[in-house]
Amino acid sequence: MTEPRPPVLMVRQLRKTFQGNAVLKGVDLSLHEGEIACLIGPSGTGKSTILRCLNFLEQPEGGEITFFGQTLCAEGGNSNIFRIAPPRILQAARARMPMVFQHFNLFSHRTVMENVVEGQVVVLRRGRAEARDRARDCLARVGMLERADFYPDQLSGGQKQRVAIARALAMSPALILFDEPTSALDPQLVQEVQGVIRDLSAEGMTMLIVTHEMRFVRSIAHTVHFCEGGRIAESGSAADIFGPNAPPRIQTFMEVAHG
Amino acid sequence: MYNFFFYAVPEHFPFLLQGALVTVELSLISMLLGTLLGFFLAVGRLSARRTLRWPLDAFVEVVRDTPLIVQLLLIYFSLPEAGIVLSAFWAGIAGLTLNLAAYLSEVFRAAIVAVDKGQREAAISLGMSPVAVYCRVIIPQAALASLPTLGGYFIALLKDCSLVSFISVNELLRHATIVISDTFDSMDTYIMVAIIYFMMSFVSARIIRYIELWLTPSNRRATISVPLTMDKEGAR
Ligand SMILES: Nc1ncnc2c1ncn2[C@@H]1O[C@H](COP(=O)(O)OP(=O)(O)O)[C@@H](O)[C@H]1O
Ligand SMILES: [Mg+2]
Repeated sequence: MTEPRPPVLMVRQLRKTFQGNAVLKGVDLSLHEGEIACLIGPSGTGKSTILRCLNFLEQPEGGEITFFGQTLCAEGGNSNIFRIAPPRILQAARARMPMVFQHFNLFSHRTVMENVVEGQVVVLRRGRAEARDRARDCLARVGMLERADFYPDQLSGGQKQRVAIARALAMSPALILFDEPTSALDPQLVQEVQGVIRDLSAEGMTMLIVTHEMRFVRSIAHTVHFCEGGRIAESGSAADIFGPNAPPRIQTFMEVAHG
Repeated sequence: MYNFFFYAVPEHFPFLLQGALVTVELSLISMLLGTLLGFFLAVGRLSARRTLRWPLDAFVEVVRDTPLIVQLLLIYFSLPEAGIVLSAFWAGIAGLTLNLAAYLSEVFRAAIVAVDKGQREAAISLGMSPVAVYCRVIIPQAALASLPTLGGYFIALLKDCSLVSFISVNELLRHATIVISDTFDSMDTYIMVAIIYFMMSFVSARIIRYIELWLTPSNRRATISVPLTMDKEGAR
């Protein structure tokens, strides 16, 4: 695959420790426009931490993150000091790569509509009318427009996650981060959320998805990264990773994960 | 009994009600000021650097560890010696406000800390600045969560106001004392006072409950045609 354009996101040697425990030991990752990359691997290997470092919910401690040509953190210069970009730049970057959480995290004191309007007005400084128009559009795309005036606690898990996706979409993102978006859902609700993500993929949205749903990965991913021991241990196309010639450790993981 | 209903009530009830009105004024003003001050105390204690934090912590500690009546006496009788002269009414307000603020700062602090971490993270991950995260997400949710406790504090405040009669504010209890010194009829007077306090608390509790319901997000939507949209959703 030859890409004429530089990647949307480029990560080099990302490192992070928690209380002396090295969780990320040098993660390399890049993501191109329109690419759907899935991050798989055993629990506790740092998949969430990777996503959370990308939008600086956690402070990375080493390595480099470049997003749309802008350096968010890097080590370098003559003294090789690790530096993180100033808050304003990080905030702008976050707005362009919003995150969808396992537990939805909808603003519980706001309606569905207000949840989707909030970031647009507060962060992007859009006018209320414009923001509401766009929110309606995004809610329609995830099939939640009818519930615009509901509060989160009046929705099912699947509906909450669809609203969370609409909230991310409303930011006109360049990339959406998904951290196990269906793991907290009842089995029969998983499909509706996966369906929405599938629709986004058809529209060419760039996405980085952490998930344990292997069938979903196989059907949607352009690239699959297998995370183990604080690194990306294997990367490849969905065909490589799920095919008969998959690397042995991935085959082992699949057997454990899927039976 | 005859004496109570046909003499004491018509004669003294209006005067006692006048006092009750002052009690209500004291309560409302102190509640408003105490809530504001308590809120800023809570935010200050949570966010300020250590050097700024310890005086606030110390203030809360001292207020909570001394009786309200002593604080009122200090404010009314001792502050003038330091050149600060307050009328009895405003000395009462000052004492009640400071006292309430100290307690409420603990309430608000607990509520702020208890806001779900995911809410903060969702706000941050949309690109909000720390101030926006606080103002748009943390504070509104903490305020909603403290509402029931706040109501309880208001009822308590209403009754604590009787203490300011000691610094000669003409509120309900002091009016009662005046009536008694006129009539020597302490029994009937205190019964009337108890009835008035009960009514004030009872009505306040109802009103507070109503405000709570009204402010709870999921109740506010009540007027929208819920059944209709539910049916549509259910049908598919
Ligand atoms: N805030 C934290 N403090 C301490 N340890 C953490 C924290 N977050 C994650 N970890 C640890 O980092 C490791 C990776 O966690 P995580 O990124 O959540 O893994 P995954 O998402 O792949 O299951 C785990 O061992 C976890 O215990
Ligand atoms: Mg995880």
